[in-house]
Amino acid sequence: MIEIRLHGRGGQGTVVAAKILADAVSREGKFVQAFPEYGVERRGAPVKAFLRIADEIIYIKSEIYEPDHLVILEPSLIGAIDLIYGLKEGGWIIINTNKDPEEMEFAGNYRIATVPATKIARKFHLGSEAAPIVNTAILGGVVKVLDLCDLETLKEAVKEGVPLKEEANLKASEEAFNETKGGNNA
Amino acid sequence: MPKATEKQIFFKTVGDMPPLAVSLFTMDYNKTGTWRNVRPVIDYGKCTFCAICWKYCPEPAIKLERVEENNKEKLKPIIDYDYCKGCGICWTECPVGAIHPEEEAE
Amino acid sequence: MRKVMIGNHALSYGAKLSRARVIAAYPITPQTDVVELLSEMCANGELDAKFIKVESEHSAMAASVGASATGVRTFTATSSQGLALMHEVLHWAVGARTPVVMGNINRALGPPWSIWTEQNDSLSQRDTGWMQVYAQNNQEVLDSVIQAYKVAEEVQLPAMVVLAAFVLSHTSEAVEIPEQEKVDEFLPAYQPRYKIDPEEPHAFGGLTDPNGYFELRYQIQKAMEGAISRWEEVGEEFGDVFGRKYGLVETYKVSDAKKLIISSATLASTARTAIDDLRKRGEKVGLLRIRVFRPFPSEKVKSVLRSIDRAMVIDRNISFGASGIFYQEVKAACYNEENMPPIFGIITGLGGRDVRKEDIIQMYEDVMKRDKPKSDIIWKGVRV
Repeated sequence: MIEIRLHGRGGQGTVVAAKILADAVSREGKFVQAFPEYGVERRGAPVKAFLRIADEIIYIKSEIYEPDHLVILEPSLIGAIDLIYGLKEGGWIIINTNKDPEEMEFAGNYRIATVPATKIARKFHLGSEAAPIVNTAILGGVVKVLDLCDLETLKEAVKEGVPLKEEANLKASEEAFNETKGGNNA
Repeated sequence: MPKATEKQIFFKTVGDMPPLAVSLFTMDYNKTGTWRNVRPVIDYGKCTFCAICWKYCPEPAIKLERVEENNKEKLKPIIDYDYCKGCGICWTECPVGAIHPEEEAE
Repeated sequence: MRKVMIGNHALSYGAKLSRARVIAAYPITPQTDVVELLSEMCANGELDAKFIKVESEHSAMAASVGASATGVRTFTATSSQGLALMHEVLHWAVGARTPVVMGNINRALGPPWSIWTEQNDSLSQRDTGWMQVYAQNNQEVLDSVIQAYKVAEEVQLPAMVVLAAFVLSHTSEAVEIPEQEKVDEFLPAYQPRYKIDPEEPHAFGGLTDPNGYFELRYQIQKAMEGAISRWEEVGEEFGDVFGRKYGLVETYKVSDAKKLIISSATLASTARTAIDDLRKRGEKVGLLRIRVFRPFPSEKVKSVLRSIDRAMVIDRNISFGASGIFYQEVKAACYNEENMPPIFGIITGLGGRDVRKEDIIQMYEDVMKRDKPKSDIIWKGVRV
């Protein structure tokens, strides 16, 4: 079983990102479970979402404490809150940033990949200039780094999961997939 | 357990009754006319067929029946003594004094 | 068709596939999702139903009872405080024998305000005469709505499909959406035996003196008793048609078990993973998940407990002044039986405090080394 924790800000589509990824992975026959941090959601506040992926039925119904991997949708959270708590050693940290993985520093033995998701979201006019919605972009990077499913499968899930701007979101996922640095297949 | 009268019991066992209170112990079986000690009587010679008694009867125990009189269709008020409780509203409201009370015992 | 969806939407799909014709609801969180999707379906013509917006849950249930009394399939959903507000009309739904099906998201009651999961809201409605089924995943939520209509309409009692807040309500899982034609075959149109009908007027629910009321109550209990086998049979039949079998209870690794963990809903699901771990260590332990709580499957519970040396019930609820509610029910079912094991009652996870597999293993280790329960409550996870 793979457990993933996503960090973002309310309104960025963090919870939707977990759901779209769950949908994509499920389309390839895996069992999935995606959920937001149990509680209230507020725009702008740091939010978390979680994802479990397994080859068999997932009976466990508790929260995730020690994720295998981390996805950070919002780079300004770095330093603002503890992001890497509980993260398993050797796990991937996939961050939305224009920087290269080598420029990112996290205390611990982790693997780092970077996705310029904000840049891509702005390019495709996803969300507003001030609050771009980066979820579909970063998922391209996540899928590439963790090799969770085919890019085409992700795009099918994106199509189903986004309320509008279908084409722009699909392009964002694809572009992010290609621009991700530091991943397994990068 | 006290014995119920035939009127009160219309089912003998649970098998005879519906599973819910549908027309159970309703007015079908509870003829409130027995509560009356004064009965209203309509004098059809005075009655103008205005239907005010029908409108005011709270029970409602006055029915309107279509009748033909001199080639004209009229709505004739008829008191249902099975349910009339003898409250007196009809004879109070009748604008022409066509309804009067009579002692029930007579 | 398979779709990744939250538990709330699994309820909506269940109602849609069952072809609910009237949906009455007040948008309290978190059932908002349930009726939001249903109102969308009504608006875009996907679902041929009348959506009634009401001003409170009390009215939501009143409208549901009224609609159901006219002979149409009716759905509503609520949670915690909303369910509590419905309380009076819940009794009415039962007495009027209206087979309303309702989704309830298990949330803790205030004060203090909470939006997290706990079973006290639905279990407080234990004695209303509503059937209650506790789901452990989103697939079961959807499937249980369909089964609930089938049983409810046959026995003429309302039914509640209960799911944990957040753990299911806001958690996305892959759910198989059954084909409409198959559902229609499994659950034909509702044929009410009694309905409000201008062609054949009747008085409903009128004043009923002691000559009749007693028999009406007797009939409710008999309907509940009849529902026990119907839940089992309908669950089987559902399995034949859709490939997913359900029962009053679910057992896991009980055939050779000497020790037993009993729980419900998602706690039981997590407990299953604890059983796997404990089995690896050589513990002969099994799981009994109580799925249908009303009618209570006493015979099933007893038959599992007969071969057990020691059992523990994990409750995410409490009857203040007594103990955990599933614990009470299990114990009561066994009391007049010979050779029943000691049963320990654990209360944990109130107000949505997370219960992990590790916590359940620890409970097991602690409880199973005790000889006899010294009290009716063993608290786990509370800071005392």
